[in-house]
Amino acid sequence: MVEDLWLNPWLPVMALATSMVAALVIFMLPEERHVLRTALNLGAAVAKLILVIVMVWGVFHGLEYQLSFTMLPGIEFELKADSLSMMFAGLSSVLWLLTTAYAVGYLENSPNRSRFFGFFSLCVASTTGIALAGNLFTFFLFYEMLTLSTYPLVVHRGTATALRAGRSYIIYTLSGGAVLLLGMAWLYAETGTLDFAPGGVVEGSPTPALTAIFVLLVAGLGVKAALFPLHGWLPQAMVAPAPVSALLHAVAVVKAGAFGIVRVISDVFGIGFASEAGLLLPLAGLAAFTIIFGSVRALFQQDLKRRLAYSTISQVSYIILGICLAGPLGMVGGLVHLLHQGIMKITLFFCAGNYAETLGVHRIDELDGAGPRMPATSVAFTIAAFGMIGTPPLAGFITKWTLGLGALEAELPWVVVVLLASSLLNAAYFLPIVYRLWFRPRSDAWPEEVRWGRLETLGWLLWPPVLTAAAVVMIGVFAAMPFSPLSWAELVVNREYRP
Amino acid sequence: MMAWLMAGLLFTPLAWAALSLLADFRAGWRLAWFGMALQATVAVLLWLAIAQEGGFYYPLGGWSAPLGIELRVDGLAVTFILMTATVATACGLHAGFYLDPDKPWQRYFWPLFWFLWAGLNGVWLGADLFNLYVGLELISLSAVGLVALGGAADALRASLRYLLAALVGSLFYLLGVALVYGQFGTLSLGGVAQLAGEHTGLPGAGLALALMLAGLALKTALFPLHGWLPPAHGIAPSPVSALLSALVLKASFYIAARLWLELGEPQGSYGVAQLMGGLGALAVLWGSWLACLQPRLKQVVAYSSVAQIGYLFLLFPLTWQVSEQVSQQAQQGMTLQVISHALAKAAMFLAAGNLILSTGSSRVADLAGVGRFLPFSLFSFGLAGVSLMSLPPSGGFAAKWLLLQASLASGQWWWALVLVAGGLLSAAYVFRIYRASFQEASGQDDFHHPPRRLEAIPMALALLSLGLGLAGDQVLSVMGLPFEEGS
Amino acid sequence: MTPDLFYAFTGLVLFITGLFGIIALQHLLRKLLAFNLMGSGTFLMLVGLAQHRNGTDPVVQALVLTGIVVAIAATALALVLIRRYYHLAGRVSLERDATDEGRP
Repeated sequence: MVEDLWLNPWLPVMALATSMVAALVIFMLPEERHVLRTALNLGAAVAKLILVIVMVWGVFHGLEYQLSFTMLPGIEFELKADSLSMMFAGLSSVLWLLTTAYAVGYLENSPNRSRFFGFFSLCVASTTGIALAGNLFTFFLFYEMLTLSTYPLVVHRGTATALRAGRSYIIYTLSGGAVLLLGMAWLYAETGTLDFAPGGVVEGSPTPALTAIFVLLVAGLGVKAALFPLHGWLPQAMVAPAPVSALLHAVAVVKAGAFGIVRVISDVFGIGFASEAGLLLPLAGLAAFTIIFGSVRALFQQDLKRRLAYSTISQVSYIILGICLAGPLGMVGGLVHLLHQGIMKITLFFCAGNYAETLGVHRIDELDGAGPRMPATSVAFTIAAFGMIGTPPLAGFITKWTLGLGALEAELPWVVVVLLASSLLNAAYFLPIVYRLWFRPRSDAWPEEVRWGRLETLGWLLWPPVLTAAAVVMIGVFAAMPFSPLSWAELVVNREYRP
Repeated sequence: MMAWLMAGLLFTPLAWAALSLLADFRAGWRLAWFGMALQATVAVLLWLAIAQEGGFYYPLGGWSAPLGIELRVDGLAVTFILMTATVATACGLHAGFYLDPDKPWQRYFWPLFWFLWAGLNGVWLGADLFNLYVGLELISLSAVGLVALGGAADALRASLRYLLAALVGSLFYLLGVALVYGQFGTLSLGGVAQLAGEHTGLPGAGLALALMLAGLALKTALFPLHGWLPPAHGIAPSPVSALLSALVLKASFYIAARLWLELGEPQGSYGVAQLMGGLGALAVLWGSWLACLQPRLKQVVAYSSVAQIGYLFLLFPLTWQVSEQVSQQAQQGMTLQVISHALAKAAMFLAAGNLILSTGSSRVADLAGVGRFLPFSLFSFGLAGVSLMSLPPSGGFAAKWLLLQASLASGQWWWALVLVAGGLLSAAYVFRIYRASFQEASGQDDFHHPPRRLEAIPMALALLSLGLGLAGDQVLSVMGLPFEEGS
Repeated sequence: MTPDLFYAFTGLVLFITGLFGIIALQHLLRKLLAFNLMGSGTFLMLVGLAQHRNGTDPVVQALVLTGIVVAIAATALALVLIRRYYHLAGRVSLERDATDEGRP
């Protein structure tokens, strides 16, 4: 099964093509063809998941799937499936399947669905491309494509607020892209290569030019990763429909930024070079500040999705902080959080969407008594919230524990303090919600209640959060099993660190 | 074989122009099908021939210079010939479906169209300065005629303004030619370059170069000489706007670039190079800024041309006294920018024409709600916009990347900032259109579906400009060593 | 100063006069005449400079003939457009009035 088949180089292309072709076909479909569209969406998602699973199996057994051709003199378009890229590709393909199912239910009976699902698929295609990019140039290509394909999703509703959010989103992300381009062009002018390679491609001693390039690259990527002070677009963008928020926060956009920073630090500069040049400690400081800042701001949000948005700002910086610890354990912690945060946050957004769609509830103080009314959704929400806080044995605990060990290994005790403070803050903004869900009685009627037969809400909306909540428990409990996020992160670090 | 191809390239358009003068619009349209197929075939065949055998000189009708007309065919020329064939065929097809055949003055469309095409091919192939002048004038006069086809008083005003600017530009160029001939006694580009290399610092030659560049800058609508462009391109019928922005502007720029690459090194100076680059940079910033303010869709696209042309002029500082490699990068970047802008801008104007047909209004604000109705032309417009914003994988991005590399490698980092800022500014006006179309309109929709074939043409062009970046290496390898070859 | 150089110099004066006219004058016909003046100046310079250097030169004669044909074509086109414009707009200058839209 893992031999060198002729098909192998084409697997990354096929993984990319599944969602790309789906997007094109969906754009062509007339608005009324709901069943065909749903079938296409789900079929493409399943096909992609299978391809990714095959590649994960192969990469585990030491294969690399690679395909490249020359785009410009000296510049290659390269798709490569290595252990790190499979991590992100796996996350995006699993969550795409669930989010698609969720979106089908969420957008039932709303207009412009061909447009929505077309761009939705394009967005996932870009994410897959980002994951599989074999050099910085290819990464940039898909990074900008992601910007373009998410804009129509953010402004999907076409209201004034949505358009304003879209504008701020596009100003932030395109400026970030421009800065990234400048850094990339300069990097190429300095080093003559844009390849990703374990241990980095930058050689020689640190120079001011290399420092400036690093700052440009991280600033460009930091916009999407919502690193302070470049986070302004994220809370605004939560006006988008819930599946889009789920996608933006958990799978695609912020993760693309964080993943890019991981790539730049580990595969372009190399952790050794970057930490010797003193580039990582300031970034770690910034990430730590963002963690605390996001959590504090989240405390004061009364809108549920806004609170979740600030929580994302805080949580994504764990990934960056982990990499910046410049040690194997820290890196494992950061990488594993790439997956854990995705699964936990998507659960929370699914649940927030369910409350909004079924009960018409958007604000936290309207949630009183929602637990008994929607038990499955609320259990999922509670699990994910406890996961975020870092309660053992859930996914978030694994992250924080590993990060803490990494900090001690790197002899940076202040990071442990940041982790503890952040956990306290997480508890401070999640526990009141959980309390309201379960322990406050409902006195008046729901703002806009919709009944969907026997279930508490539409099946399409109910199962995705239930499944992801189950996953939050499983990946925490079975963290030591092979192919769990933790062991895969360890595999990545082993290959990156000790090639 | 080669002789037939060359003859086909220049004489088919002229013959078709003469023939369609005798026909009405519909007959000219049927005639045009055949002519366009012929031209496209010839262009492809010539391209294949050059790809295998390299460039050559071709004396027309067996008469050699100086009395005869000598043509120079190299990789760059044939690449532009192919580009012209692609864009002109697309615009011709679109025009055949788009223009109203019952308006009496439309019958002049086809003769003017073919004269324009002949002039363009003449400029790409011209080997001496005077023939280039004749080609330029042929282009300008037919372009002015095409703008006037709009028929209304505003169209005539725009075309008159365009005509005056074009004529003054041509005369400046011709005055420069007179000085060159007085100085060197030859008009062949290769001969002048050789002589100019031997006698550096001749004041007459420097002045001649300055005059020619000024005239060509006026015809290319370089900032601050761009005032004539937006009214003319904005008011012309959409297929005509597409031809003008995509091809006509490039002809005068092509001559300026060839002059600079042949004569710039001996006769130019750091100041001239930086001045041209600086004006280009200002064009990028000012053109994009004004594009953001235009209330009318086609005016937005027209001002975007002013901005995109500005990028091309970065060629001047990036090829002056730099290493061979940097100069090469800059020339490749320029070529890709020319091609991708031609494809993208043609697609954009044609798509804008479709959008105007469909909404019945030329205002950006009236696009509200159209996103629900007409994703197809809007999609073409959007894809062309990707190339204008120079986002990957478009040809515009490939061009920008090469220019960025050239400016960083030659230490002129300020042009890199211009390139990046220009990309952001163009995003501002492109997203303005997207945003307007995503807006949900209240009240009744009143949109019409343009025919599918009208919508397919801009989509094809937009996809080509988007895919150009992926095939950049192949295009550049056939283009070979631009300009230098065979001179 | 040889007569040839004198032609060239006169040509320069004509060119500059014409350029001034085309910028400063409002009436379209005057602008067109100024353009023709510029053209004549250019042709004089072309012949004068070439003959100053090389003696009588058939090549420039041929060039100027071609140039005159081009100038006639341009003038004819301009006249047609001006006439039509006058017919439609009732004006003989390009100044914009209040009904004009868009910016120049």
